[in-house]
Amino acid sequence: MKSFEVRNLWKEYGDQVVLERVHLALAGNEFVTIVGASGCGKTTFLKMLMGDEVPTRGELLLDGEPLPTEPGPDRGVVFQRYSVFPHLTALENVMLGLELRQAPLAGRLFGAARTAVREQAAQGLAAVGLQAALDKYPAQLSGGMQQRLAIAQAVIMRPRILLLDEPFGALDPGIRSDMHGLILDLWRQGDMGVFMITHDLHEGFELGTRLLVFDKVRDDPQAPEAYGATITFDIPLQRRPPPDVMEAVRRATAPAGAPS
Amino acid sequence: MRRLINRKPGRAAALGLGLLPFVLVVIAYLFGSHTRLQDNPADKLLPPPAVMVDAIERLALEPSKRSGQRLLWADTAASLQRLGLGVGLSAVLGLVFGVAIGVVPHIRATLGHFLVVLSMIPPLAVLPILFIVFGLGELSKVVLIVIGVAPFIMRDLAARVAELPRELMIKGQTLGASTWQIITRVVLPQLWPRLIHSVRLMLGPAWLFLIAAEAIAATDGLGYRIFLVRRYLAMDVILPYVAWITLLAFLFDWLLQKWARRAFPWAEPAP
Repeated sequence: MKSFEVRNLWKEYGDQVVLERVHLALAGNEFVTIVGASGCGKTTFLKMLMGDEVPTRGELLLDGEPLPTEPGPDRGVVFQRYSVFPHLTALENVMLGLELRQAPLAGRLFGAARTAVREQAAQGLAAVGLQAALDKYPAQLSGGMQQRLAIAQAVIMRPRILLLDEPFGALDPGIRSDMHGLILDLWRQGDMGVFMITHDLHEGFELGTRLLVFDKVRDDPQAPEAYGATITFDIPLQRRPPPDVMEAVRRATAPAGAPS
Repeated sequence: MRRLINRKPGRAAALGLGLLPFVLVVIAYLFGSHTRLQDNPADKLLPPPAVMVDAIERLALEPSKRSGQRLLWADTAASLQRLGLGVGLSAVLGLVFGVAIGVVPHIRATLGHFLVVLSMIPPLAVLPILFIVFGLGELSKVVLIVIGVAPFIMRDLAARVAELPRELMIKGQTLGASTWQIITRVVLPQLWPRLIHSVRLMLGPAWLFLIAAEAIAATDGLGYRIFLVRRYLAMDVILPYVAWITLLAFLFDWLLQKWARRAFPWAEPAP
């Protein structure tokens, strides 16, 4: 992602205004964290980014081009739940996108092509620490491992943007901090921007290079649906130290015996 | 004393309790048969087991004087062929239309309501039409099963597709999947176990339609035989035939369940 711009974005459902006058300009691969009260439209915003919803008015421009109005491989997604396919093993889940790209009709590969994709997928899983769970089905994995799998599945497509909808919301606090390290590593290695919704303000400040707060600026008690939310705070967060310094600090602060 | 809802039988007790109703039915039958035969040795309503065994031996082992066939097996083969064709065809139609309606909004808008109305037509009410249009041969019987079973499998599968989490559809698209690839790699694989379940549920109605069609116009088949020998009050044939049909139906249900469990391990809860 070289640039990302939101120009006067509105989203309405009939008389109900969900989002109004949303403006945003990003340059380069930022890690954007999004916070806000329930029902403030942050999920609607993310859905428009992923192409699941279409803006009522306004423009979404990725690298100067309008975003396609349906989901595509340029935007990866990880949801809080149902992010991986239950009928595929971990390895098959990660292989799927690569297979679909190379085999439009059959949707699956055979022989040498399959071996190559398999190898690539196994590396992708190793990068998220799932090298021991290649042949397990999602139902056999813990919640944290399922999210690691979902992230590996999305990142292997090399998307320009990665969209995360409260990906760690259902995880234990200890596992959550492991996941923070993982997602930061992947973001730095991959050439992609990240948009992440979170309920956890601390998480938002810790991970992001930019924190967006969605809220309603206008409110009519007689007609609560008349006005929508918008970005009320757009906070550039302190530049992170270079990756190697971060890594050293993270190693030093990680609990003994934890995977690095 | 623990509450009734918290008291569970052990393994042996559960097995015994499960067998109990079967044993009770057999005892009640033997008692009833014995009492009636004491009053009237020529009674045909509740024949003793020995008479039924004789009848089954005759039908299963001896060639019929008229056709030279062993009737039980000929009847079973004829019925199972109709049932297999009817249910198989219904499953294929159910899958094709169920997936198309579930996945493609334009097809859903076109066929959704039509299908609901179609599935409300009582199949037995159109049986005369089927006989007129398709004749009295095999085709009309198979078509009756398809008309009775296919619309429900279609509706069931379309509903199952709609129940697939929306997240998975979006995820598939972010992996670059086309509509065709979504169907073949995301939707269909997850529908197989549900199709088997749907077929299991519809086996009962399928048997009903089969036996009804055979009772009205056929020259062989399990349903045909039962209704034929009814004229002679041949309970010694009817009762074993009913038990045989029940056993077959139970077997199919059991085999489908086994198959689903073995073929789709991911559909089971985590071990």
